Amino acid sequence: MATVTDTSGPTSGRNWDISPSTILGFGQTLLTPILAIFTALVAGAILILLAGRDPVAAYTALVEGALLSPRGLTGTLIKTTPLLLSGMALGVAFKAGLFNIGAQGQLIMGSVVAAWAGAAITGLPAWAHILVAMSLATLAGSIWGAIPGALKAYTDAHEVITTIMFNFIASRIAEWLISLGSADGAIPPGPLADENTTAISRTKPILESAALPKAFITPGSVEDLHIGFFIAIAMAFLVLIILNRTTFGFEIRMVGLNPNAARYAGVNVKGITISTMALAGALAGMAGGIQTLGVNGYYEANQSLGLGFDSITVSLLAGNHPIGTIFSAFLFGAMDEGTRGMQLTGVAKELILVIQALTLMFVAAPGIIRYIYRIKLKTIGEGTFGSSWG
Amino acid sequence: MDVLENLLRTTVIIATINATIRSAVPLILGAISGILSERSSIVNIGIEGMMLFGAFAGYMTNVALSADHIVNGDTILAITDVRLGLSVAAGVLVGGLAGLFHAVLCVQYKVDHIISGTVVNILGLGITGYFYDSQAQTAGKIPPLISNPWHSDDPLYNLGRIVFDKSLITYLTFFVVITTTFALFRTVWGLRTRAIGENPRAADTLGINVYRLQYFNLFMSGAMAGLGGAYLSLDDVGIFERNMVAGRGFIALAVVIFGNWHPVGAMLGALLFGFLSALQSQLQFAGINAPHQIVSLVPYVVTVVVLAGFVGRSRPPAHVGQSYEVEGT
Repeated sequence: MATVTDTSGPTSGRNWDISPSTILGFGQTLLTPILAIFTALVAGAILILLAGRDPVAAYTALVEGALLSPRGLTGTLIKTTPLLLSGMALGVAFKAGLFNIGAQGQLIMGSVVAAWAGAAITGLPAWAHILVAMSLATLAGSIWGAIPGALKAYTDAHEVITTIMFNFIASRIAEWLISLGSADGAIPPGPLADENTTAISRTKPILESAALPKAFITPGSVEDLHIGFFIAIAMAFLVLIILNRTTFGFEIRMVGLNPNAARYAGVNVKGITISTMALAGALAGMAGGIQTLGVNGYYEANQSLGLGFDSITVSLLAGNHPIGTIFSAFLFGAMDEGTRGMQLTGVAKELILVIQALTLMFVAAPGIIRYIYRIKLKTIGEGTFGSSWG
Repeated sequence: MDVLENLLRTTVIIATINATIRSAVPLILGAISGILSERSSIVNIGIEGMMLFGAFAGYMTNVALSADHIVNGDTILAITDVRLGLSVAAGVLVGGLAGLFHAVLCVQYKVDHIISGTVVNILGLGITGYFYDSQAQTAGKIPPLISNPWHSDDPLYNLGRIVFDKSLITYLTFFVVITTTFALFRTVWGLRTRAIGENPRAADTLGINVYRLQYFNLFMSGAMAGLGGAYLSLDDVGIFERNMVAGRGFIALAVVIFGNWHPVGAMLGALLFGFLSALQSQLQFAGINAPHQIVSLVPYVVTVVVLAGFVGRSRPPAHVGQSYEVEGT
C-alpha cells in the first residue's frame, strides 16, 4: 500500500485536498482566495463608512501596523506562529473527515503544561529544559485531542460536540489551576497559581532556561521574534511529508475520502481516527507551548482566546494544505497585529472578525464570487464532510 | 434552629429551581432552533451566532425606543409593553434572517453546513461587537408577567415563587415546545419537514418543494434562536455584552442530540443542563467549599458522558448535513 502514496499532480473533484502543484502554480485556485479577501475588504470598507470613519485611513493603519514597521512585522510573525500550528490542527483532522473544533482546548492544555514544566523542572540546561517542556506541551495537547478521537471511534459521539465540550473543560481546569482561592482561605489557591500576583491570576513565571531563544532582536520593539516561528514553519513541511509521503498520511486521506472503502481495504479506521486527532492535538499543544515559552513566560487566563476559532478559518482558507496554511496564518497574523493601529483611527477591532468571516464565506461559496465578478473559477471547499452526526 | 435550617433549605431549593429554569430557557429555544434545522436536513452549528444576532437586535431596539423623547412622549411607543414587544420582535426577526442566511449558503451555494454555521457564528461575534455601544442605555428590561399573588405566610407562597414572577418569554418557551412537538408530528408541515430530513429525493418526487420548505424552516429556526438571544439581552441579563451567548448555542446543539431530535427530549436535556449549572452557584450559597471552576465543569463532563453513552441509541435525521440537489437542475 505504501507504494501508492505518491499523489503528485492535481487530484480533481476532491474536497479538502489541494495538491502542492495547484497551490504553488498560481493557477485559478489561488484566484478564489484572493478575490475572497478583496471582496471581504470591500465589504469591511462599507462597514467603516457606515460607522462614519475613513476606510482608507483605517486600512492604511492596518497595513502599516502589521507589515511596514520592524515592530509590526515582528508582531505579525509572532502572531502567525500559533495560528499556523493550530490551523494545521484543523487541517490534518479535515483530511480524515474530522472537524476538530477543539484546537482551543488542546492549545490551552499545551500552554498550561508548558508553564508548569517551565517553572517546576529545575537543574536542566536550557536546550534540555526547552525540549522537555515543549514535548510535554505537545503530549498534553495530543492527549486532549485523542480523547474525543477515541470517543468518536468507539462510541460514535460526534467530534464537533465533544471537542467543543473539551474546550470548555480545558479552560475551566486551567482557570482552577491558576485561581487565587477565596480571600478567607476556605478555598485554597489552585496548584499552579502564582501567589505573588494579586491582580491577574496566572502561573509562576517560567525559568530562564525554559524560555525560547530569540531569533532576532528587533530595535524599538517590545517583543522579539522567538525561534517558535521557525519551528512552526518546519512543522508545516513535516506535516506535508506525513500527509503525502507516508502510509499514515495515506490512510488519513483514505479515511477522509471514504471510511467504508478504507475499512474494506484493511485500514484500521478507529485507529486512524484516534491517531489523527492525537496528531492534530499535538500541533495545537505545540502552539500553546510556544505561546507560553516564547511569548508570555507564564500562563494566564484567556491568553489565547479566539485562536481556536481563527484557526478554523485559517485552515479552510488554505484548502487545508499545510504550505497554504503558512500564508493564511500570516494573513490572519497580520490582521491581528494591525488591529491596534486600525483602532486608533476609530474603527472597532471586531471589524477584523467580519472581514475574516466574509473571507471564509466567499472561499466556501465561490458561486457568490463567480456571480459578483461574472467569471469562471475552479472551486475549493465546496461539498460536505464525509461524516455527519452520529 | 431546625426551623431556620428548613427555611434555608426551602429557599435553596426554590432558588435552584428558578435558576434551572432561567438557564434552561435559552437552551430550550436554541435546541428548538437546532431541531427545526436538522429535521430539515441542515446541520446548524450557527445557533450561537443566531442567538447573538437576536440578543443584539432586541437590545438595540430597546435602546432606540428608550430614547428620552420617546419614553416621555405620549405616542404608543412610550408604552413599556409596546417598546419591549417590538424589541423582542426585532430579535426574533433578525435571528430569523440569520437563519435564512445560513439556508441560502447551504441550499443555494451548497456550502458545507458546518462551514456556513461557522461563518454565521463569526459574523455574529464580529457584527454585534462592531456596532456595540457600551454607553447605550435602556428604560428597563422585561418585567414579570404575573407577580406572585400569595403572601409569604400563605402555604402556596413557595409554589407561586416558582410558577409566577417569570417573564412572558419563559412561558412562551414551554408553549413553543408543545407547539413544535404537535406541529412536527401531527401536521402536514411536520410530515413534510420530517420527510425532507430523512429522504429529500422521495419528498421531492412526491411534489414537496424541498428548497422552499428548507428556507421557511431555517427562518423559523433562526427566529427561535433569536428569541433565545432576546431572552438573554431583554430579560435574563437585561443588557447586551460582547459574546454574551457564551457557548449556549453549542450546548443547545448537544441538547438536541441527547433529546434525540425531539422537542420534549431536548427540553428535558436543557432542564438537566440548567439544573447542573444552577447547582454550582447554589453549592456556594449552601456553604460547600469547592473551587467553582471545578464545579462548573460538571455540565460539560455530563454532556460528553451522556453523548458517548446515548448516541448509539439516538438517531439523527438520515439526510442531515448533506446538500440536496432537486431533480432536473
